[in-house]
Amino acid sequence: MSEPHHRHRRGTTVDGDAPVVVVCGLQMRYGDHDVLTGVDLEVVRGEVVVLLGPNGAGKTTTIEILEGFRRPSGGHVEVLGEDPLHVDEAWRARIGMVLQSWRDHARWTPRALLDHLGGFYRPFSTTDRPRPVPTQAVIDLVVLGAAADQRIITLSGGQRRRLDVGVGIIGRPELLFLDEPTAGFDPQARRDFHELIQRLTDLEHTTVLLTTHDLAEAEKLADRILILAGGQIVADGSADALARQIRGRAEVRWTRDGQRFVHAADDATAFVRELLADHPAGIDDLEVRRASLEDTYLELVRAHLDPGAVTAPGPTIAERVS
Amino acid sequence: MNPVTNAIALGIRRGWHEFVIGLRSPSDQGFYVMFGLGSLALLWFNRDEDLGIPGLTLPQLLLPSILAAILMFSIVITPAYALALERKDGTVLRLRVGPYGLHGYLVGLMTLTLVSILPLLVIVLGGSALLFEGAVPRDPATWALIAGTLLLGILANLPLGFVIGSLVTKLQQVTTWGMAPTVALAYLSGIFGDMERLWGWVQVLAQLFPLYWFGHLMRFAFLPEAAAAAELTGGWRVAEAVAVLAVWAVVGFALAIPLVRRMSRRQSGAAVAEARDQAANQPVR
Repeated sequence: MSEPHHRHRRGTTVDGDAPVVVVCGLQMRYGDHDVLTGVDLEVVRGEVVVLLGPNGAGKTTTIEILEGFRRPSGGHVEVLGEDPLHVDEAWRARIGMVLQSWRDHARWTPRALLDHLGGFYRPFSTTDRPRPVPTQAVIDLVVLGAAADQRIITLSGGQRRRLDVGVGIIGRPELLFLDEPTAGFDPQARRDFHELIQRLTDLEHTTVLLTTHDLAEAEKLADRILILAGGQIVADGSADALARQIRGRAEVRWTRDGQRFVHAADDATAFVRELLADHPAGIDDLEVRRASLEDTYLELVRAHLDPGAVTAPGPTIAERVS
Repeated sequence: MNPVTNAIALGIRRGWHEFVIGLRSPSDQGFYVMFGLGSLALLWFNRDEDLGIPGLTLPQLLLPSILAAILMFSIVITPAYALALERKDGTVLRLRVGPYGLHGYLVGLMTLTLVSILPLLVIVLGGSALLFEGAVPRDPATWALIAGTLLLGILANLPLGFVIGSLVTKLQQVTTWGMAPTVALAYLSGIFGDMERLWGWVQVLAQLFPLYWFGHLMRFAFLPEAAAAAELTGGWRVAEAVAVLAVWAVVGFALAIPLVRRMSRRQSGAAVAEARDQAANQPVR
């Protein structure tokens, strides 16, 4: 699987018009270090797309190019029909960004900050998308509760991140960017956060592009997963489709004469048929294991980081049973 | 609703909100008390000094100069410090991702800078009115002149803080490039006493900067005609003062606008994350 796959599924489109994000041949080079070597991707209205990849794969670079913070070295980028480097303020009104804030507005309360930041969106209100979302509605949506009236400096990390999401959605964005939103979360906070994103996309028909290095998170949230490795999108599809992309790649394990064997087979059925025909007796503990999404992901990433490691129909490995 | 006027209105509210929050904080209170009461103390301990000009006391002469200096200090340091700090901590980024958010941020910072001089004015002018006979003018015409001078002084100095705040890369550099030069300039511009003791070239140098002229114009507004004798040329140079301050205002804004733009363009989530990581590896201030 070294060729990138482009299967732009027209997912849960609301009004089926032009894609919200179009990226072709995106390149980014810092000095003589290539971070992105030709990224192609498309996001359709209403989709939740997760950009998944190991640390250092260029996820943040990609999303910051889409947000207009970085000038790419090459390629074509269009977000809501415009080049993010040359956008007007009306474009900003349609985009939401969940920033990993640090200690800004420490002495404000979340309510005052949401009120203030929401105000900038008021002139961009339409009957279709009334802006801003009322402050109390955002506070309820991100479940800030009584913390909404505490000084921000006193909030916990999880509350703070929920506020970041609240700020990101106060303008009722058509497109929301989230860069590693759950980095540093404990499992409970992560779960709460996932529920929040699901609520958001259900209620507001917001198109979401999210980055993560956490496969489980991608699987849970994504309509579609894009795997970024080695500066390119190496896989593109729903979690199920991705797992099927390494078709037939399954692990066959068995025991013969007290020795344990493992074999990675492209066509497991044919392999097992042959195996049993060759050894009518003596095959025990036969086991066929389909590749999980995690296997797929790890294999894709590994294959891309080290092309020599591409797993062609593998040799049979024998291990001694202990 | 025009989005620009909307952003300006939000900026003014933002500046006021920041000011009110600041009034409750010990560090802001400390700043006002130190500069306000410090100025009064300086005047108090020199109240009996003889100037050799009949009918003029030292507190009278010093008050407009000191006001000019602490106002300049406040007007330069408030935005310089805020910009240096708030582009590291993500405040600028937070605002700039919204529509006309940067407008709102900058108007907010200007508003904060302007209203932050009010406590200083109240403490220094109020205190002087109580303590020093004749130091604070009472007639409306003089006050109109003072108001005009303040406006000009503010316009000439305000962009400097934005220029410094946009250029520095570390908070400590605000001290190096903002506070230290301002204090040195205050001394060289004759704020604390007579300038004629300084070398001629220093006098010329000081007159290139806005503080000397702001002080000069403040003394012109506050003091009786006879006080002109204490000036460098022995007379008031109102036209030159207005011209120099106007040039500083125009040049300052012409410099500040592209610098602030450049600074804001460099904001991104990754830049803020980098600043955060750097801070995490340093001992807390």
